[in-house]
Formats: sequence, C-alpha cells, structure tokens
Amino acid sequence: MSSAVEAAEVTGAAAQPDLAVELHGITKRFPGVVANRDIALSVRRGTIHAIVGENGAGKSTLMKILYGVQLPDEGTIAINGTPVVLKSPIEAIKAGIGMVFQHFMLADNLTVLENVVLGAEGLHGIGDAARAKIRELSGEYGMAIDPDALVAELGVGDRQRIEIIKVLYRGAKILILDEPTAVLVPQEVTELFDHLRELKAEGLTVIFISHKLDEVLSVADDITVIRRGTTVAEADPKKVTARQLAELMVGSELPSPQTEESTVTDQVRLELRGVDLSSGGERKVLDGISLVIHAGEVLGIAGVEGNGQAELVEVIMGMRRPTAGEVLLEGDDITTAGVREIREAGVGYIPEDRHRHGLLLEAPLWENLILGHQTQAPNIKGPLIDAKAAKAETERVVRDFDVRTPSIFVTAGSLSGGNQQKLIVGREMSHSPRVLVAAHPTRGVDVGAQAAIWDLIKAARREGMGVLLISADLEELVGLSDTIRVILRGSLSGDFDPDVVTREELGAAMTGAVNREEER
Amino acid sequence: MSTTAPAREQKLRASIHTGRPSWYWPVLILGSVLVLSTVRVLTGANDLDSSGALGAAIGLAMPLALAGLGGLWSERAGVVNIGLEGMMILGTWGAAFFGFLYGPWVGILGAVAMGVLGGAIHALATVVFGVDHIVSGVAVNLLGAGAGAYLAVRTFTGMPGGGPTQSPPLDKLPFLSVPGLGDWLLGLEQSHTWLVADVAGILRTLTTDVNVLSIIAVLLLVGSWWILWRTPIGLRLRSCGEAPHAAETLGVNVLRYKFIAVLISGGLAGLAGGFLVLVASNLYRDGQTGGRGYIGLAAMIFGNWRPGGLAAGALLFGYADAVQLRGRGDVIHAYLLPIGVLLLAWGVWQLIRAKQEKKLLGVWRIMMALVVLLWYAVTSEVPPEFTSMTPYIATLLVLAFSAQRLRMPAADGQVYRKGEAN
Amino acid sequence: MKFDLRKVALATAAPLLAIVVALLFTSLILLAAGDPVVAVWQVLFKVPLPRQMVAILNEATVLYLSAVAVAIGFKMNLFNIGVDGQYRIASFAAAVFAGAHFLPGWLNIVVSILIAMVTGALWAAIAGFLKVGRGVSEVISTIMLNYIATYFVAYMLKSAAVKVEGSNATSTQILAEDSRVPGINLQVWLGTGREVYGLIFLSIIVGILFWFVLSKTRFGFDLRATGRSETAAIASGVNVKRMVVTSMVLSGAIAGLVGMPLLFGQDYGYGDTVQAGLGFAGMSVALLGRNHPVGMAFAAILWGYLNQLSNGLQISAGVSDKLVLIIQGIIVLSVVIAYEVVRRAGLRMEQRRVARELAAKPAPVAEGVAA
Repeated sequence: MSSAVEAAEVTGAAAQPDLAVELHGITKRFPGVVANRDIALSVRRGTIHAIVGENGAGKSTLMKILYGVQLPDEGTIAINGTPVVLKSPIEAIKAGIGMVFQHFMLADNLTVLENVVLGAEGLHGIGDAARAKIRELSGEYGMAIDPDALVAELGVGDRQRIEIIKVLYRGAKILILDEPTAVLVPQEVTELFDHLRELKAEGLTVIFISHKLDEVLSVADDITVIRRGTTVAEADPKKVTARQLAELMVGSELPSPQTEESTVTDQVRLELRGVDLSSGGERKVLDGISLVIHAGEVLGIAGVEGNGQAELVEVIMGMRRPTAGEVLLEGDDITTAGVREIREAGVGYIPEDRHRHGLLLEAPLWENLILGHQTQAPNIKGPLIDAKAAKAETERVVRDFDVRTPSIFVTAGSLSGGNQQKLIVGREMSHSPRVLVAAHPTRGVDVGAQAAIWDLIKAARREGMGVLLISADLEELVGLSDTIRVILRGSLSGDFDPDVVTREELGAAMTGAVNREEER
Repeated sequence: MSTTAPAREQKLRASIHTGRPSWYWPVLILGSVLVLSTVRVLTGANDLDSSGALGAAIGLAMPLALAGLGGLWSERAGVVNIGLEGMMILGTWGAAFFGFLYGPWVGILGAVAMGVLGGAIHALATVVFGVDHIVSGVAVNLLGAGAGAYLAVRTFTGMPGGGPTQSPPLDKLPFLSVPGLGDWLLGLEQSHTWLVADVAGILRTLTTDVNVLSIIAVLLLVGSWWILWRTPIGLRLRSCGEAPHAAETLGVNVLRYKFIAVLISGGLAGLAGGFLVLVASNLYRDGQTGGRGYIGLAAMIFGNWRPGGLAAGALLFGYADAVQLRGRGDVIHAYLLPIGVLLLAWGVWQLIRAKQEKKLLGVWRIMMALVVLLWYAVTSEVPPEFTSMTPYIATLLVLAFSAQRLRMPAADGQVYRKGEAN
Repeated sequence: MKFDLRKVALATAAPLLAIVVALLFTSLILLAAGDPVVAVWQVLFKVPLPRQMVAILNEATVLYLSAVAVAIGFKMNLFNIGVDGQYRIASFAAAVFAGAHFLPGWLNIVVSILIAMVTGALWAAIAGFLKVGRGVSEVISTIMLNYIATYFVAYMLKSAAVKVEGSNATSTQILAEDSRVPGINLQVWLGTGREVYGLIFLSIIVGILFWFVLSKTRFGFDLRATGRSETAAIASGVNVKRMVVTSMVLSGAIAGLVGMPLLFGQDYGYGDTVQAGLGFAGMSVALLGRNHPVGMAFAAILWGYLNQLSNGLQISAGVSDKLVLIIQGIIVLSVVIAYEVVRRAGLRMEQRRVARELAAKPAPVAEGVAA
C-alpha cells in the first residue's frame, strides 16, 4: 500500500506565495464539541483541491471559517501568501474567495439577476450592465442562464450554475464548493467537473468538499483527508485508491451494506396501480405509477430530487390524494384514507426531513415517541395519553436502538442527527409495521448511525416487512435493495437488478435521454 | 438556452413580474366607471360616485394606504407588523399634541416620531430578541392603545376646548385646488347625466380640495416602489424578506435592514394617524383609529405586497369607509343591486360550466343572489348600524376572495437569528 | 430532576423581571410628566381593602375565562383576537334567551350558558372556516368580526331592548330573581358584605378542564403538536384543517362564557353599559401567564389588583387612572421578551448539557454536533 501521505507542515512565518490558500493550526470549539482541531491545509494555486471526510468530521465548519461565517478560536489563514483575518463573508469575498453552499442560498421569488447582484450592486449596478456581465460569464463557461428568469422556476442543475456565477461575478479567484455533487446525477456531475476544469484552466483555484471518493479521484489534483475534526493525511489522487482513502477517512474499514440472502416472499404488502397526481399544471407530477412490494422485500427507488419521489411518499402516506389510480395495503384500498388511518393500518414512515416531518424539536423524547402513533398502544388509554407507558416504551427504544441521550426528558432538538434518526427508526419499527416507507433514511447521519440504520432495515426485511426505500445514495440503494427502479418526471422505470446494474446505467435512467432543460 | 427575441423577452418579463397583460388596468378602470354609472342612474343614488363621496373616499383611503405601506415595508423585510394600529394611535396623539402647540406641520413630524417610537419597540422585540412577530404586534397594540389614552388624559385635559378623551380643535393642513376647474366640473356633475357626471365627479375629486398630505402620501407610495424595486438598497431589503440566510452570506446586514424597515413602518403608521387627526378631522379622539391599522394590512395583502395593488385596495376600503361615514344607507342599498346581479350571473355560470361537485356551489350562490336582490327590492335603505359595518365586511369579503392567489415574501414572519444558516 | 427546577425558576423570574421593568419605566414617564412618583406607588402598593379584594376576585374570574379562550388559540399558534366580539354576541344571545324566561330557575341559567357557548363558538367558527377554506389570516378576520359583532348587537339591541324604569339605559329584559346566580358572601372571612360571583366556580372548572384536556388527552396532544410544528403534525396524522376549526370553535365557546359572571351575577341583563375590552385584557393575561392554567390565574389576579387599585389614582395622587394601562402594556411587552430570552437560553443550556454528558461517555464513532 503506497499512498502518498505527507505531513503538511509549514515552518515559521514564511508563507509560500504560490499557495492560494494556507491554513495552519485552525481550531474551533462549540459548546460540548471540538469541531476543528489543529487543521493544516495547503492549496496550490490553479488546482482542484478536494477535502474529504465523513459526515460530521468538521469539513463544513472549516469551510465556514474560510468564508468568514465563523471565526476560528486559534490558527492562521493566508491567502496568496498574505495573512488575513476573515471576520465576515464580505471580507472573504474581498480576498477573492467565493463559496457555493451545499444547500443553495437563493431567493425563489427573485430573478437570477437579483440573486446574483445582491450584495455586489456596486460592481455593475443592478440593471443592464449587470445583465450583460452575467450573460458574458455564463457564455464564457458554457452555462446557459437567463438573467431575468425567476429562480422559483429553475431546476437543480440551473440553480447550482447560478451559485457558481454568483461567485464568479464577484471576481472570485478561489472557489469553495461544499458537496456539489450531492444533488446531481452522474451526467450532471461530468458537466460540473468540465466547468471546474475550465475554471482551473483560467487560473482559478477550486476547493471542493465531498465524501464521494470516486468523483474526488477523477477530478482532484490534491486531496486532504479530515477525520474527527483534524487533518489526518494529504493524498495524491494519482497514487491512492478509493479504498485507502476511505480507510483514512474512517480510521478503519468503511462499512457498506452487504446484500444477504433473499427474503422476498410471494405475499404482497403494498401495491400501487396506475397512480396519477396532477397539480393543475400541464405535466403530471406522478404518471401511471405501478409498483408491488412483497413481504421481505426492499424496493429501492433512485432518482434526482424533484422527480416525484416526495409526492409519491405523500400519496402513499395519505397526505395527498392521487387524481387517479389505487393504493392497496395487503389488498385493502387506502387510496383515499387519511394519514392517521394509514399509519394505524401499519405503515411506518421515516421522513426525508426529520426536523420538519418526523420530530417535535422542542418536545421531550418521550412525547416524540408518541408522535405519529397518538392512537396506538402503548401510548394511550382510551382518549387519554398514557404518559407512564410512553415513557417506559421510550426507555426501551433508546436502549434497543442505541439512541445516545442522557435521558428521555431532553428535547429532541438536542440530539445529533444520527441519534434523532435512530429514535425515529426505532419508533416506527416498534409498531411492527407491515410496510416501511424510508425516504433518504441516512441523510445527514454519521457513519456509525448509518451502519446501524442499514442493519435495522435489513432486520426489517428479515422480519417480513415490505420496505420502500427512496434514496439518492446509489451505494445505499445497491446494497440494501432487492429491486431498484428509477423515477424520472413522475414515471417509474423498469426493474434493475442491484447485483448487476452499473452506476452509468442508473445515471442514464435518472436523467433520461432528453436534456430536461429543453423541455420548456 | 433558447435565444428569445428582445420583444418577446420584454413581454415575458412583464408578465413574470406583474402576471397581467398591459391592458388589464385601463380596461378594469373603464369598465368599473361604466358599471358604476349605470347603477347610479338606475338606482338614483347619486352619492355613489359624487365628488363629495369620492373625495371622502380618497381622504379615508390615505390613512389606510399609509398604514398599509408601513406594513409593506416591514413585511418586505420579513417582519410581520400587526402593531400598526398601536403605532397609528401613538401617531394620532403625537399629531394632536404637537399640532396644537406648534401647528399642523410640526404635528405631522410629531406623528411620525411617535410612530417610529412604536416601531422601535416592535423592532426591539422581534429583531433583537426574536419574539414571535404577532405576539409582539399584539403587545405593541396594547401598549399603544394604553399609552394613547393615558397621554390624552394627561395632556389634553387642561387645554382649552380639550377634554380627557379629546384634543382641542386643531388647524388642518392646507388643501390645494387646480384653479378654475372646480365649479365647471361641479356643474357637469350635478347634471346627473350617465357617464358624463361620473367622469366629471372623478376629475373634480382629483383636482379640487386635495390635501397636501394626500399628495405626499401618493409620492411616498411611488417613492416606495422606486426604492424597493429599482435601487440596491431596496433589493437588499427585499432579500431579507425572501431569503435572509442567503442575503447574510452575501454580506447583507440582515438584522440592520429589518430593524430600519420596522422603524420606517412605524413612521408611516404614525403618519397615517397624523392624517386622521390633521386632515380627515381636526382633532384627536379616543378610539379614532377604529381598526384602520388592520384594514391597512388587509389592503397590503390584497395588493400582493406591492404599492400599486395596495393603493387599489386602500381606495376600495376607503370608499367603503366613506360611505359609512357619510351615513348613506341609500348608497349601500344601491350596491345590493350589482352585487345581487353579479352573484346571480356567477351562480348560473357555475351551474352550467363547472364540474359536478362544484354545481352545488352554483345553486348556493344563486340562492344567495336571490336573497340579496330580494333585500334590495324590499328595503329602501340599509340601517345605520349595517352601514357602519361596511368597511369591515368589505375587508372580509375581499380577503376571502383574493387571499389564496397571493404570494407573500418567502421569509415573512420568520424569526431570524444571525448565523443559523446551514 | 434538578434541571427542571432550574427551568421553573427561570420561568418565574421572567414575569417578575417584567414587573420590575414596568415599574421602572412608568416611574420615568411620571418623572418626565412631572407627576408625583412616590404618591402613585403608595396608592398602588397598598394591601387591598376587603371590598377591593372581592372586586379583584370578580375581575379575575372574568379575565381568566377570557385568557383561557385566547390561550387555546395560542397553543395552536392561532391568534383569536376576536374574543371581544365573541363574548358580546354570546352575552347578548344568552341575555335575550334568559330574559324571556322560557324555562324555570336554574335550568334557565344552564341553558343560557350553553347558548352563550354555542353563539361564541359559531362566531369564532366563521374566522376558522375563512382561514381553512380561503386562507384568510385569523388575525385580521377576528378583528373585523369584532367590529361587525359590535354593530350587529347594537342593531339587535334596539329591537330587543326593554326600557328600564327610572333610567336612560337600554338593556334586555332584566332577569328574575330565580334566574340569577347568587354571590358568595365572604362576610365572615373578609368582613365585607360584597359578594364574589357565584360563577367563579365556572372559571375554576374551565381552568381544570383546560389543563386536563391539553396535557392528558389525545386531542390535547394533537393540538400542542400542531402548535409546535404543523408539518410534523400533518405527517403524524393530525387533520390540521379540522384542528384549526375545532380550536377556534373551542376558543369561541369559552369566549362566550366571559360575559356570564357579569350577566348572572351583576348586571342581570345586556345593555349598552356592557364592559368593553375584556378580549384584549384576556390576551394580556394569557401572555403574562404563558398560556399555563395556573400562571394565567395568577396573572388574572394581578390584573384585577392593578385595575382596582388604580381607581384611586386620580383622587389620591392626582394622576389619571389610565396610567395603569401603561403599566400593563409595559408588563406585557417585557414579559414576552423575557419569555423568549429564557426559552432560548433554556434550549442552549440543554443542548450544551446533552453534548457534555455524551462526550463524557465513550463513543464508538466520533459525532459532531449536527449543524
């Protein structure tokens, strides 16, 4: 195993001017945790430098420090050889740093132009000069953007391009991209990387954060690995393998969901027949969806965000009524049933956005256990809430599902993402549902909790539950599913066999043959 | 991306921003005048759109427009301000107190200052401390009403002509007129001829006895539009109400913009109070505002958070207010006719065209229309208490029919704390 | 649970702090106006006379009902500002029915109270349906309905009124002796012949029911969940539209009760001397009491105390009685700020505590704080 690992040490105050960015000894503490500890980073000008690490390793905090959103408790930052203190985003922008956030920072009700010039109105005004500049930039880098389009009407790929243009508009010479490929399909990822290479050719420096090691290896010139808040290694992508990188990231072997013996039976748990959903527009949100999930089967649905997955889940859970078609739970028609009825009938739900749909953040854990099951044992005694039983049950769930919390009386908002998710999974599984709907179940969850949740889903499968797994993580889908289908513009593709399908095939199905933009 | 021709792009852009074709407003206005004219002639209610009524309507619309404008500035920055009523009350006291001592112009400044004070309290609670916007607004209303009552007792009791709940009579702000037109137009108006009289009435209202403050109010409306949609400062302020976290990352000092927006909001509400005291009447009275702060909010919502729509809404509500203030039961009665006819037409259309489940609604509407028309036929006047209700019922109806198709600033009402971005 | 004790201490510190702030600012205002500060506080900080104590209890009875009505809405993030209109129209309906004396004695009273509840509920339901069906903000609609109710009742009073001999007041039919609720004579304890409203028991029952329903029943859980996070409530099976209407209806029903102690214990009719502003006062009490059944009781008593004792301000200190409105307004404002500050501090403290305790335990995998 020969990985090019070098200690990143810069001695004395002699900063090197051909380094676009140089961080030394960066430490940042938050109440109860040290997010960054003694981080060192050297980014050469005109390169694409990747920072890898698992969820919660401290990458985002580091980038916030570099962008002036946070101040480090200790350490120094040097940009192009000059030491700087970045007290706010404005100062970072002045230093030539531009940040493209993972969660886009765009105002839906404003136009592209307004979003781009906001905060930088002094550069080219807010009228025609600005418009011309945006057109110039977008043409130069091959991104087709209409400055007067309303952001609300644009898709994910376009939004990311707007974010990049925002940064270039301000004359950034150092771009930071935080998990840029999280919402893109393989083809769009290729497009993005082409853009990045063009930027590099123009002499710009790109720092990009990711945990997708294959992509990192394909485009980066240098790699820095962060683990538990500190830099552990520098790697040369030409020499290191994904596996080695992964081990550096975690410090031990990276868990991946292993497929097991098939537990699929003939008994049908959930069936959808010809489900349509229109929202008044011309295009249907869901178009003729038909699927079958058997007991002991995991059906994985892959797809880019915004193709109807969220609406599919809402239809199954009863939050929306389909305009046509039927939803059958073990033969019972639940198409027009309400959410409560459906949950009572035995459909468990792990929502995509746990903060908005799965938890009451300011309520104690034991009340959160009741959430979603206010009409089921052991939480109730007639029309009353049985608090004692609910508390006992919460203790059990916390124990059995390894939810790390000091007590069941703390508010749900105090737990980390992984523990919150474990609580939700535990809560849902404890009612032995017949069908489990799991939407992005390991999003924003650290690796340990992720492995635990994968095990829980596999356990569910073994116990005969039918699981609908919706995810953007192809590895998760491939590892857990018995069958994979792709959702695109509201329609489901045919079956893919996870044992033989390739990422390219899935990616092609996820984008379809036609470029989505031309549809308008 | 497709390269659209400039002309098409222009029209597309226009429809993106206003959602309506360019002939919409002129046709609407012309159509309304025609309908009003016809109804007036048919029912003989000549005060329907007489210059007296319209003048009163504009006079009463102004405080609503100013209050609504205050609400607009605040909500565009993302802070819901239902404390407008309280700030308006403070403004009424300020106008009366300073107006009595130093004349109407200082009175106006006093009104604005008191309004800004109210705004500062709301801003402190919501922007600095993160209190829920509506709770803070309720508290500001309570405090404003209490402070107004107390200050009135404290200051007006000793004054000549004043009392514990009323200020002494004050000098009003000056009224302006275009010379020469007034009498001629009045003559035309009193001929009661179809359409001619109405147009004359409208023109006369716009050119005779227009108060200076009304003109200032219109300038403020136009100015607000220009600042908010045509300047960088306005863009930044609006971004605070649409996507504050994004704005923060781009270097916009969101908290400062919100704070200042709420102060402006208070000042405008105070000015609205000043209008009530120094233009619409000539003194301060306890309870003078009568819920107009809330009606102003309704006008803002009706106007889709834009000054143009706000003005239209304010005119609508001001007209309703004017009718009830003039005690014209016959005017309200006259309106029953077109309302009934429109309801009837709508109900019939629904019955014929709509889907199965909506047909029942159509029948329901026809029945209501018949009730309204029967009421019109049987009575000749609407009782005074009902005329008093007019602005409030109008508000409810207007909101009931328009609230759903509107789009408020995306982050309106959101409690914003710095640095909580992802 | 040591932590809870600290939280309770913080929670009670907030209203105390608010009162201190109000005293401070009021003193400043008095100083600026040249009014006697000391004299004012002397008047206000007296132990109430027995007859005043009875009056305080009576006022608190009514205010408490109003506060509970508002609190039901607050718990759901609904702002029922229409309590004023609801209790007027409810009191009127009840007064008219009771005055007609269709039924004998206590039956008349009970049915009238039910009619008041139903009327209040229906009036509030209008706002509820407008919100759910048409998306109209209940803040504006309830306020509009207040004014509409006031005028509507004024109109109806003209035809329903019966001339009272010897006075110029208009009122509905005065209730016969057996349709009145007797007061409670506390002569023995307090040394005054003034009576406390018999319907104070109604307030107490309402308070107990409020506590019970909200914290012990499934319906209460659903209601609180919707108030905390509407999206989570929907995902958990709550029919939010139905919940909004139900909430408004309940709130209106309780609001309808606000006028009952006055009707059956004091005025014996609905006239143009009916008390105004009880809705807004109720809101103040609810905010001060933080929507808690016991907290609101204390707040209601405090409000009654302030109102009663301020009656003497004009005579004893030469300052207008209306000063009390400023004191009350500042208290409300300070308390909402204080509660917010305390709430955030509490959350932060808890998050830190949790992170600290977890960090102390051995971790299988490193966990960062979820951003």
